This record gives sequence, structure tokens and C-alpha cells, in this order.
Amino acid sequence: MEATSSELSAPESGLKSKIGRLFSRVPIIGWLFGALVAVILEQIVGMPLALALGLPKIPVLFGFVTVLKKPMLVPSTMLFVLLIYFLPIVIIARLSLEPANRLAEKLINFSMEGSVLIHLVLLYAILHIWAEVSDYRLLILKFTLIAIMVTVSLNVINGYMGEFSCSHPGFMALGAYTASVFTVSLFVNDSLFGQALLPSFLGPFLFPLGLILGGCVASLGALLVAIPSFKTRGDYLAIISLAFLFIVKSLIENLEFVGGPRGLSSQPDWANLPIVFAWTVACIWIINNFVRSTLGKALNAVRDEETAANAMTVNTRRTKMVAFMFAAFWAGVAGGLFAHVLRYVNPTTFGIQKLAEVLAMVYFGGLNSVYGSIVGAVSLSILGEALRPLELFKWIVIPLLLILVMIFRPTGLIAFKEFNVKKLIRPKQSPGKEV
Amino acid sequence: MSLLQVEKMTHYFGGLRAVHNYDIHIEPGQIRGLIGPNGAGKTTIFNLITGIHQPTEGVVSLEGKNLVGLQPYQIASAGLGRTFQNLLLWRHMSVLDHVIMAQYSRMTYGLVGAFFGTAKRKRQETEAEEKAYRLLELVGISGLANQNVLNLPYGDQRRVEMARALAMEPKILFLDEPTAGMNPEELLQMMEIIRQVHKEFGLAILLIEHRLKLVMELCEEIQTLVFGEVIAEGTPEEIQNNPKVIDAYLGKEAID
Ligand SMILES: Nc1ncnc2c1ncn2[C@@H]1O[C@H](COP(=O)(O)OP(=O)(O)O)[C@@H](O)[C@H]1O
Ligand SMILES: [Mg+2]
Repeated sequence: MEATSSELSAPESGLKSKIGRLFSRVPIIGWLFGALVAVILEQIVGMPLALALGLPKIPVLFGFVTVLKKPMLVPSTMLFVLLIYFLPIVIIARLSLEPANRLAEKLINFSMEGSVLIHLVLLYAILHIWAEVSDYRLLILKFTLIAIMVTVSLNVINGYMGEFSCSHPGFMALGAYTASVFTVSLFVNDSLFGQALLPSFLGPFLFPLGLILGGCVASLGALLVAIPSFKTRGDYLAIISLAFLFIVKSLIENLEFVGGPRGLSSQPDWANLPIVFAWTVACIWIINNFVRSTLGKALNAVRDEETAANAMTVNTRRTKMVAFMFAAFWAGVAGGLFAHVLRYVNPTTFGIQKLAEVLAMVYFGGLNSVYGSIVGAVSLSILGEALRPLELFKWIVIPLLLILVMIFRPTGLIAFKEFNVKKLIRPKQSPGKEV
Repeated sequence: MSLLQVEKMTHYFGGLRAVHNYDIHIEPGQIRGLIGPNGAGKTTIFNLITGIHQPTEGVVSLEGKNLVGLQPYQIASAGLGRTFQNLLLWRHMSVLDHVIMAQYSRMTYGLVGAFFGTAKRKRQETEAEEKAYRLLELVGISGLANQNVLNLPYGDQRRVEMARALAMEPKILFLDEPTAGMNPEELLQMMEIIRQVHKEFGLAILLIEHRLKLVMELCEEIQTLVFGEVIAEGTPEEIQNNPKVIDAYLGKEAID
């Protein structure tokens, strides 16, 4: 087990440090160009190349899955990844160093917002083309984006506010069921809710409303947890929120009109990639705005020294309640998207196992860090998929990894780091000046 | 009417009477001192007035407005700023963020501004930052603005406490042993800062101090507290020559 996991990460980290040394002056946009070329290349020559290398099909997740399933194919898989991803990205990033920096500079000088938008469009294009290769990829990608939303929002409570909340899957469930009831009852002819009430062409326009509604119901649920938890000082939140998680689950199991334990299905297929991507971006943007404002930083003050925060005019109780409801809102929205990606929900989905997953992503990625949560959600989502062939042993490898992180970096990989988009997209050298 | 009025304030910690029938009236712009041996109840008096503990009995009002029963943040917003004897700083925050945070109650951009980064938010945050830099300049640590507070030496952490309290724009400032743990040079600097703050903002100040030199030089009037009760009150000269004070307090610590 140990051997396999180190085998998995070894080429990645070696690769990373090398890139770090050689390519520190490549701006983000250069990498994006490289990745774009790589995914387009895969579209065009991926299949023939895979066949030529003796692979049955294009490796779905950079070969991670193949490594465990069919170790014999490891060399060809690695060659594939090298030819399709590694070399093109590295070469293009390196070749476009000068023009990419000039472009990054121009874009930023032209307009900050415009530059961010262009970066996002590029990123979306890459993901879109990458996901076109198989439905499995598309599904993983959507779930990963949703995991990012859940993780970043949980970090607001467990990281930025420093409380320990266990109710996030419960909030997801509230959002998932609310949004599902909204769309299924209004737009679908269904055995539970009868005839559709509205013409279906309105659906995609009203879908965001359903998601927001789901978020609001989750927020209300959060209020129920917050009132008793934040009344007095002390660690009541962990227990109350855990109780809440179980209550929500058994509540849904006993609500026959949403299908009880059998679950609720036939959600319309509106959670396509652009929609999920847009919501994820909105979630990250708004949460990042919040935690960087003085209102949001008040959470840190409350966490680090509540007495001082209170004595410096911070309404500590309201600060905690608002943040808790805010985080729950995003869990609710993520839940709504989740239900419409899977097009089926049942209460079991939102139990302890989900909680363990999300907590792992938060603590692995790093506390008090939007950046860390993105990294945590993406890496553990991919790892979870990659280790799927191990079946039950997956639940030994992942906790083991977590324990290692906790030993060497107790607050997570990228803790207490500000996610500054401006810094991220700016040119890495001024044009014309080769260092 | 006085700026701050405290009458017959009493507090028990379980069976221990920490403060008994404490009275003080502070006028705008006054500097008052509170001395007394360790455990006399000085910090408890601050905690009672600032709402951290509720007085068992007594009246506290600021500009005629009752403070008893209010939350600490409400009392702070009403114009009562303070520092802490045992340095209550936020361990993961920068020096600059400390001084900005204390301007929390003047951030009126609300959640909409916080979520979407409105122009109003940018303006208020920028103003808060500029003000924070001015205050850090005043206490002499503007060069350390972006440091994490834990990286600062003890004396500088005390200055952060000072700048943070001033950022609230208080009407009256409570300083709880602001020079504890400082060397003689830092002590003189802190005295200078207190003088300057007093002059610049016309602040009323209530000062708890162990070092008599500081209190004697700065304060117009001094109270001596022993076992939660004021045993003597008067000008520095009167206090210095009061036999009760010498007996209870100065006798032991006059060397300081
Ligand atoms: N939170 C508390 N709970 C119980 N006893 C306390 C508390 N705070 C202070 N005391 C007690 O009250 C007395 C006065 O303490 P304090 O006000 O800190 O003294 P000073 O600041 O004058 O040194 C001491 O005997 C102390 O032990
Ligand atoms: Mg004290």
C-alpha cells in the first residue's frame, strides 16, 4: 500500500520541483496556453497514440487508475502522459515566456476584471475540452468543482472561524432536496409531484433560483444550529452540529413526499459543466471577498482571542452566526448542484462518510485558506477516484495520507495563505527584461 | 455630568469580594491613576466597567448612558477603549490588521460590500488602512505593519495594543499596566506616547500602573486600591505622603 501511494506521488513532486526551478517566470496565462494545447492535442491524436502505445483507450485520469488496475501498462501510460501533457505544456510554457508575460501585463493594464475573465474563459475551455473525452471525466470534474464549493465554505467555519462543525453534509442535503423539489415539482412530470406546472423552457432560467432557495433553506438550518451553539462560549458546536446531521438525515428518511429512504430522482439535466463552473467561480469569488474584508477577518479575531475582539467593538455572536449561515448557504447550493449532476439523491449520500470526505479535504488542503481548500478538494477528489480500484483499502490509504500531513503540517498543506487573484495572474517578469 | 461615572460598584467572584463600593468620576481630558498591590482588584475594575464581568452591584454610565448589562462590544462602541495587561492579541493576524480590526464598528458597507467588494467597501477599507498607518506611526511601529504580531518583541506588542485601542476612537482610554515587562528606555517611550495621545486626541485616560514614577508624573489624581477598596485618593503628592498608602503599598514597593 505504502509503496503504491509513494509511487503515485513521486513522479508528480519531482516534476513539480523541476518546473519550479526552470519555469518560475512563466505567468499563469502561459500555463493555461500550454494546458489548452495539451487537451486539444489529446482530442486529436490521443486515441491513435493510446492504441499505438498498446493502451485500450485514453488514460482517463492521467493514468492513475491504470497504474493500480493493470500495472503492466504503467510504462505506456507514463509515455502517454509525457507526450500528451507534460512535454506540450512545458514546451509551450517555456516558448511563450516572453509573449505570455507581455500579454499578461497588457491585460492587467487594460482591465483587472477583463483579465480575470479571460483567464477564467481559458481555464473553462481547458476543462471543457478535457472533459469531452469521456463522460466519466465530465462527472469527476463536476463533482470536483462541487467538492471545491463545499470545502471552501466549510473552511470558513472550521478554518477562518476556528470552530468545529460537522453539519455540512446536512446543509448539502437540505440544499439538494430543496432544489430537487423545486425543479421536479415545477418542471417534470413525475410520480411524486404530478404534472409539471411550468413550461420546461423556463427551467434553465429558474434553475439558479432553485439553487439559491436550497442555499437559503440550508442557511435556515444553520440558524437552528447556531442559536444554541453560539449562545455561550465553549465547544458545543461540534456536538450540536453532529446531532443536526443525523436529524436531517432521519427527517428526510421519514418524509414520504420526497421519497423517504428510496430517494428522489428524475431531476432535469440542467447542471451542465458551464453552470457548475460558474457557480464554483461565484462561490470562490464571494467567499474570498468575504474573508479578506474586515467583516470577514473579524472571524479570525474571534477565533484567536474572542475577549479582545469583543472589546474592540466586534459583535462576536453575530459575526459567528452570519458566517455560519453564509457557509451553510454555499453548502446548500453545492448540494443542489450535486443532486442535479447525479440526477438522483437519497439521504444516505449525506452521512458520516461525506462528512469525513469534506473534513479531510479541509484539513488536508489547509486551514484558513481558500487556496488550500481548492487544492485539498481537487487533490483528494482525484485521489479518491484514482484509488477506487483499491476498493475498501482506499479508506486506509487516504486516512494514512491525512495522518502524514497532520504530522508534518498540522494546519494542512497551504494554511493561512491569502488567495490573491491579482497576484496570481500578474506577469512574472517585466517584458523585455530577461533575468 | 462627568464623562464616566461609576458609583458603589461591587463584585464578588464566588465568595471572594474582589471590588467593594468603588466610585470614580472622570471628566473629559483627565488622566487618572489607579495603583495598588497585585490582586487588589484593579484589572477586575476594568473588566467590570468594560462589560467583561457584570458588577454584582453598582452604577456605571458613560456620558449619562447606562453601561451595566451591555455587551463588551456595545460598551466599546459607546466610546470606551482599553488595553489588556496580559496582551490579548490575535495570534494569526498582522500588526496592521489589528489596528484595522478595531475600526470594525465604523465599517458600514455591510454584508453586500463584504461579499461583492463594492466601491464603498474599498473606500472604507482604504481609509481604515490609512488611519491604521497613522496610529502605528504615532506609537512608533509603522515599519512593522505587515509583521505577524507574534514576531514582535514584548514592548512592541504593547504598542500594538495601544494603537489598536486608539483606533476605536474612544472617548476614554483604559490602560492596564501598559509598561509591564518593558525596559527603562521603552518605559520612557511609552510615557511619551501616552502624553502625546492625551494631547493630540484630548482623551480621558484611566491608568493602572505598577511603576509609581509613571503614575506620579502623568496623573492628576490617583486612587490606591487594596483588597478591592479605595484606601486613599488624591494628587500624587498627597498619595506619596499618605501614611495608609505608605503602609499598605509604598512601603513594600517604593524601590521601584
Ligand atoms: N475571573 C476571575 N475569577 C475568579 N477570581 C478572579 C478572577 N479574576 C480575578 N480574580 C481574583 O480577583 C482578585 C483581583 O484580581 P485582579 O483584578 O486581577 O487584581 P490586580 O489587577 O489588581 O492585580 C484576585 O484575588 C484574583 O485572584
Ligand atoms: Mg491586573
